[in-house]
Amino acid sequence: MAQPPAPLVDSGLLERVLAGSLRWGGDFAEVFVEDRSSTAVSFDDRKVEELSSGHDRGAGIRVVSGETTGFAHTSDLSERGLLAAAKAAGAVARRGGGGIRRVALSPSHSAPPGDIDVVPSEIGKARKVELLVRADDVARSKGGAIVQVSAGYSDSRRRIQVASSDGLLAGDDRVRTRLSVVCVAAGDAGMQTGYESVAFTLGFELFERRSVEEVAEEAARRAMSKLSAKPAPSGVLPVVIKSGSGGILFHEACGHGLEADHVLKDSSVYTGRLGQIVASPLVTLVDDGTAGPEWGSMAVDDEGRPARRNVLIDNGVLTDYMWDELRARKAGRQSSGNGRRESYQHLPMVRMTNTFLLPGSDDPEDIVAGTPHGVYVAHLGGGQVNTATGDFVFGMTEAYLIENGRISEPLRDANLIGNGPDVLSRIDAIGSDFGMSPGTCGKDGQSVPVGCGQPTLRVTGVTIGGTAGA
Amino acid sequence: MPEVLELATALAGRAGADEQVEAYVARVRRTSIRVFQGDVESLSSADSAGIGVRVVRGARVGFAWAGSIAEPAALQALEDARDNASYATEDPAAGLAEPDGIGPAALALWREELAACPSGSKIALALDLERRVRAGDARIRQVVSSDYSDTLGESAIATSTGVSASSRRGTCLLHASALAGEGAETRTGSGYSVGRSLEDLDAERAARHAVERATRLLGARKPTSRRLPVVFDPRVTATLLGIIAGPLSGDEVAKGRSLFAGRVGEQVACGEITLVDDPTEIAALGAASFDAEGIACRHNRLIDHGRLLGYLYDNHAARVAGARSTASAVRGSYRTTPRVGARAVALEPGALGPEAILAEVGCGLFVQSVSGVHSGVNAVSGDFSVGAEGLLIRDGALAEPVRELTIASTLQRMLQHVVAVGSDLEWLPGSAAGVTLAIDDMAMSGI
Repeated sequence: MAQPPAPLVDSGLLERVLAGSLRWGGDFAEVFVEDRSSTAVSFDDRKVEELSSGHDRGAGIRVVSGETTGFAHTSDLSERGLLAAAKAAGAVARRGGGGIRRVALSPSHSAPPGDIDVVPSEIGKARKVELLVRADDVARSKGGAIVQVSAGYSDSRRRIQVASSDGLLAGDDRVRTRLSVVCVAAGDAGMQTGYESVAFTLGFELFERRSVEEVAEEAARRAMSKLSAKPAPSGVLPVVIKSGSGGILFHEACGHGLEADHVLKDSSVYTGRLGQIVASPLVTLVDDGTAGPEWGSMAVDDEGRPARRNVLIDNGVLTDYMWDELRARKAGRQSSGNGRRESYQHLPMVRMTNTFLLPGSDDPEDIVAGTPHGVYVAHLGGGQVNTATGDFVFGMTEAYLIENGRISEPLRDANLIGNGPDVLSRIDAIGSDFGMSPGTCGKDGQSVPVGCGQPTLRVTGVTIGGTAGA
Repeated sequence: MPEVLELATALAGRAGADEQVEAYVARVRRTSIRVFQGDVESLSSADSAGIGVRVVRGARVGFAWAGSIAEPAALQALEDARDNASYATEDPAAGLAEPDGIGPAALALWREELAACPSGSKIALALDLERRVRAGDARIRQVVSSDYSDTLGESAIATSTGVSASSRRGTCLLHASALAGEGAETRTGSGYSVGRSLEDLDAERAARHAVERATRLLGARKPTSRRLPVVFDPRVTATLLGIIAGPLSGDEVAKGRSLFAGRVGEQVACGEITLVDDPTEIAALGAASFDAEGIACRHNRLIDHGRLLGYLYDNHAARVAGARSTASAVRGSYRTTPRVGARAVALEPGALGPEAILAEVGCGLFVQSVSGVHSGVNAVSGDFSVGAEGLLIRDGALAEPVRELTIASTLQRMLQHVVAVGSDLEWLPGSAAGVTLAIDDMAMSGI
């Protein structure tokens, strides 16, 4: 177990900084303190190219006055440094009238260190390097077609502390570990790539859940499977998506549109639709920051609010949006624990944590067997959505044709495009299986780790962006 | 605060006899302002600084960084980099860059007036932009965001192999995102303007673009799937050039991950295509005097009338290939080591303006924007499939809007099927210039 760390900044000083932030006025002030250290190893072209490590600490301070937020950050955690940042952040609130305010903090959700068995910083660097050497060996042993392997390992420990003028004082200690492998396979028809990763909010015990060998084999298999791939179809076809193949479908199709910042600015197709049917009755969608050690899990969010399990769509009916502190205040409700930020240098905003569709009752094999002609997607890449129109794309990085209810030929990479509300209404089968996968979500220039999950499911029609006749 | 170059030099000077040390020091002041409905929604302004240290010892490379430029943090990073080096694989090509005798281009990348500009003027610009977008058309329902941001940075690189370089740069950006609506339908469009000081920013043009792009998509439908010629908006072309620059990296070529590997001297594109990466072009937002290893940036011609001339190299990739560095080392921040990348890639413009190109194409698809570039383009296999929206081209002019479609081909095939490069070259945010580009025979998927 990790040692309970000393607070990054003492609570008396945080109280003085919060009071200083509100000296010129303002309705709300918050100090976010962060200490982050990380290690990364990159292996490429049969070489350990580089082992890098780094350390960062600092604080971001925001002051909200009416509709305006002032923000400043500093890497100087001394009283002088923090008060200077408080003054800069508070400057925007000046016109709001003044008055010194006293702030008294009461520890509310000080999370214990995460449930980490083996803190990566206690593992020798040589062992981290050895993981990647093994990944390279295993991937290359899968066949002569594998002509290049690159692999990366990274771990980070991020301690945070949040204090606000509401008296909130909370903290979290997040350890995340990740390993990824990319293989290049070469054949008569050119080169193909295969990617696979394992990533959890865990320490080195992560590799007990999934071995390096499994990850490397999967990446190699994926690259080789596409060597004989033919161009994907062009046009609308039924699509069966394998469980845990990315889940990015729901992240893009509706997740972003359910973020309250988009909703409050009318830039979401889901604005004003609470209580309405927005998806097939088979769809129950959950965002859960407490989902075990998944990649988007945490004890408290980056605004100090406890992570929660929030049901967003219940049997097809829209039940709630996701909220951060600022948007929740506007709407006169509580944050849903979805306030996140990339680092102390960034303002928090509404973000997903682990977003997934709950399993249904169909046998996954029956779903494929019941599809005369379509596409089976075994692995998804990233995606992108326009929340205002609901149009979204997601990439398939391993896919096959379905012919006469059977999975047949492999297909080359292509994007699929759909419209969120439309695709959600076209889900006609949901499997009893389930799988999660890790990802990185980008919004407004900030990246945060997220989890995505779903059972095997079928969409009756999606546009497949290939080049061959459908 | 001490100068960044002094810090870097002092740290590199600590190199022992059996090692090489490179110190990269960066300091940045960033201001971001977002306005919404006539009010400041957020204003953020802060300085940050950090240091990245690379050590080469016994042909092994180690790296460490710190989010601080205080001496103890810098010394700790040096120690960590030394320790990290001991775990890397021996690499005969390992070694830091050395001065190559080429002097840096004198580029005015810093304007004092941007550094001295008060936030009041910046807020006024963002508010003005929002007003212009709102007033631009009765169908504008919302200005989701109207942003001003600027970055003022100084950085220095010093090595124990004799490199000593420092530079300052400032850029500013004005950006608006608009929603247009009619009935239940909503479409979006964005507009922006970039420059090195506030005088460069054109709020009127940014607003016009945001309004035009959102409103002209109203009524868009999903088209039927077919093959057709495609005309890319300059912004889309810039995205495409950014992708094509990836496999032109000498590092990717050496590792067998490039569709251009082994093809120097071959006709990889049709004769219309001449591609240059020239960071000494002052109009380019990515212009720089030095690369991320402190070597003077230079003009690099990569494809000449369709023929592949060569690749981009940083010091390591050049050593591996037995070539000279093209001074193409880039780094995201002090937290990362340099890698090979383009800074200012552009197609040589052609003779026709955008209207003339539409007229020549006659019938096809004009692509206003693309999505899913990360998930749908594979720079190793060359597979290209992206989401798109835009307008059909009929009788040589823009006709009805279309949406929720994809366009697909392969990068190799697209390069061979270019039918026209426009004369309307403009430098955009990022590392590439935009220009209207027409490509024949792509697959459009819709209904």
